[in-house]
Parts: sequence; C-alpha cells; structure tokens
Amino acid sequence: MYAFTYHKPSSVRQAAAMLAKNEDAKLLAGGHTLLPTMKQRLASPSALIDLGAMPELKGIERKGRSVVIGAMTRHGEVAESAVVREAIPGLAELAELIGDPHVRHRGTIGGSVANNDPSADYPAALLALDATVITNKRKIAADEFFQGLFVTALEEGEIVTKVSFPVAQKAAYAKFRNPASRYALAGVFVAKRGSDVRVAVTGASENGVFRWTAAEEALKARFTAKSLEGMAPSPDGMIGDIHADSAYRAHLVGVMARRAVQAATSR
Amino acid sequence: MLEVDKDRARHAVQPQHAFLVTLKVNGEEHRLNVDARTTLLDALRDRLHLTGTKKGCGLGQCGACTIIVDGRRVVSCLTLAVMNQGKEITTIEGLANGALHPVQQAFIEHDAFQCGYCTPGQIMSAVGLIQEGRTRSDDEIRENMSGNLCRCGAYTNIVDAIKDAIAHGLDPREAMTQAVEAIAQDAGREA
Repeated sequence: MYAFTYHKPSSVRQAAAMLAKNEDAKLLAGGHTLLPTMKQRLASPSALIDLGAMPELKGIERKGRSVVIGAMTRHGEVAESAVVREAIPGLAELAELIGDPHVRHRGTIGGSVANNDPSADYPAALLALDATVITNKRKIAADEFFQGLFVTALEEGEIVTKVSFPVAQKAAYAKFRNPASRYALAGVFVAKRGSDVRVAVTGASENGVFRWTAAEEALKARFTAKSLEGMAPSPDGMIGDIHADSAYRAHLVGVMARRAVQAATSR
Repeated sequence: MLEVDKDRARHAVQPQHAFLVTLKVNGEEHRLNVDARTTLLDALRDRLHLTGTKKGCGLGQCGACTIIVDGRRVVSCLTLAVMNQGKEITTIEGLANGALHPVQQAFIEHDAFQCGYCTPGQIMSAVGLIQEGRTRSDDEIRENMSGNLCRCGAYTNIVDAIKDAIAHGLDPREAMTQAVEAIAQDAGREA
C-alpha cells in the first residue's frame, strides 16, 4: 500500500466536506474491496475517509411499504434482520449468500452498491425490487443508478446513505456461485409487485447487472417457472472466463431464473 | 523523473500518516503509534508480538488471520489498526484460560490439522461459528467455515472437532477435567 491520510468523520456532512477538500480521497466502508485493491497498488488514494463512526448510516427499518437499510449496514445484519426476513425474505437470503461469514461481518450494502462489481449480489436485488438509492444529495432509482461495469450514477462528492426497497408480493434470488470465491457466475433476482414483474441478472454480463426483459414479459403472462421453460438470454456480451464460458453463463441465467421463480412462488 | 518515482514521491510517508491508537486485545489495552497503512494483523504480530494470528494471503481469501472483533469473526488483514480504536479484540492467545479452550482441545483430540498454519484461524472461526449457533448439521458447519482454507485438507477432522467441542460444552474447566480423566484412563490402560 502507498501512504495515505486517514479520517474518521462523525457525520455525513463532515465526510462530504473532507471529500471535497481531498483530491483522490476514497470513502472506506467495509474495506473488503478497497483495501485488497490498495494492497495490490491498483488504487492509491491520497486519503481514506472511514464511514464507520456514523450512527446515521446504520440500521434497518420498515417505513410504510418499504424497507430502508442504512449504507453501513453489514451483510450479516441484513441476513439476520427480523424486519427484512418478514418483509422481503428473498433479500435476507441474498445477503446470506454473499461471500463467507468473515465477508458478511465487514462488507456493507452501501459499499457493494457504490462499487457495482459485475458479480456482486446486491445490484440484482436493487434492480429487481425497483429500489431507490438515497445519497447525501438526491434519490436515484436503481434503473438509473447502475450504468455498467463498476460505473454508477454517483457524482464526485456524493455519498450513498441509504437504500430503500419497496416490499414485493413475491421475490427470491437464486445464485450459481463460484465455489471458491462465492461470487455469482450467474445470479437472478425475480420480484412481482401487482402486475409488474422484474427480473435482474448479475454475474453474467460484461456490462454488469441488467434486466432480462424477455423473461419479465413471459412472467407477466403467468408467474410460474414453467413460463420460462427453455428460455435463456443470448450469450453475446456474457462474461467468458476460466470459470464459465459465455454460452454456459447464458444457460445458467435461464436455470437460475426458473429456480428463483420456483422459490418465490413456493413461500 | 519516472512516472513510478513521481508516484512514490507523492506517496512518501509524512508525519500526518502516523496515528496513536489504543487497541484492546484479549482484555489488555495497548497504546501504539502506527502508520495509517498498518493492518490490524500487522499491528498484532509485529508490534504486539502476538504471532499466533497467521498471515496467509493478505487479501482476505484464506482466513488464516481470523480474529474476533466485537464478538464477530473477521479477517485481520483487511482492516486497518486505526479503524479498530477501542474495539474488543480477541486473538488465539486470548482463548485459553488456565486450560485450553474446548475448541483448542477438540482440535488436538481430533487431529484437526496437519501443518498447523491455518489452525489459529480455523479455531477462532470455529469459536465465532459456535457463538452464532450455525452448527445444526455437518453441511451448515462446512458452509459457515468456508472462509477458512486448509491446504493440508484436514476439513473432515475440523468438522468432527467442532461437533465435539459443542457436545462437550464451552466451559474450559470442564474440558480440563475431562482431559485429566482421559489421561488417567490412558495411563490405567497402559499399566
């Protein structure tokens, strides 16, 4: 790691002021992506602004028809939350599938969302549940937030503070994970709210998380795994690597989508 | 000047990168001057000489450096010492209390290691796992020990050791008494 200065502000306002003052500063949440990247000298921020001392960024609450999760809430806390388990069990199950227990004790929803790793799990939940990312400046719909590989709508000096998930009638996540890294080779989150059905896919596309609209249309007709029989997205633009080639990933998306619908309908 | 050298010059260690931190490790407070870059793992090993916690990959993949911070198992290589000011930190050195901790004892009895390098991390992770109560089946134990790699492949015996530690409760004095009895029985058989 190259040298950097370290700050631990006690409010989001203070953190934003520090971000504005320090060129090349980075926000530090769970640190499980940023610190290994810095150790490999792939990133060399001049300053780290630790978001770990702000109660305003923590916690999970039910607000009307939504579940609102603070950006610094750990994956393990979401997995174990009685509020999430009751309102959106599929979201708690997704959190339980992220990495291993060590990762879930440190990693945060805000960090995962802001990083937008193409194989991360949370982006699929945000997109399928039509969640809203709340920052220190504005509210951003998930459809606008995720803009491709590690790219989001976040601007300079913008800090994710909360994510708000509308409660769905039916929702579930199915993931085919790499057995070593536990990242998704293909992960599909399906959600049904009224007549609206959304299907979001992570781990598979070279452009990061995306909505599989053909599957959404098929499920709008009838919300059952049978509606997706034999369907898979095109392998064009799917990730191909030593773990799975693009055709296999496309196939897995179809399988995971059917499993997710099966899980959502059998609750 | 080469680009690389410029980069280094920009990142040269300045006094503002040093921090005075208080780390509470195994119930004892230590005041240390650390560089902001110092990981909690390096502070434990190189500054406090608690070398039971092992450095494996340094990138959060192997689990050899597992410790417990505020009741939760974490990898100490991916957290900075400065981030852990005032937190309750438990390392492998803090487990035994007169007698070995039941998990330590069970690892010995079940031969749950070969080279031993991953063992402190495995044991700390097992202690965290048992506290979390995620031990209802062998599969659940395996799944929730997945953050700790063992390149010797002692996994089968690790699962047995964890189940045994649970069966024998977590009171170290009880484990000690049982160990003494076992030794006495062995001695009796040999006589």
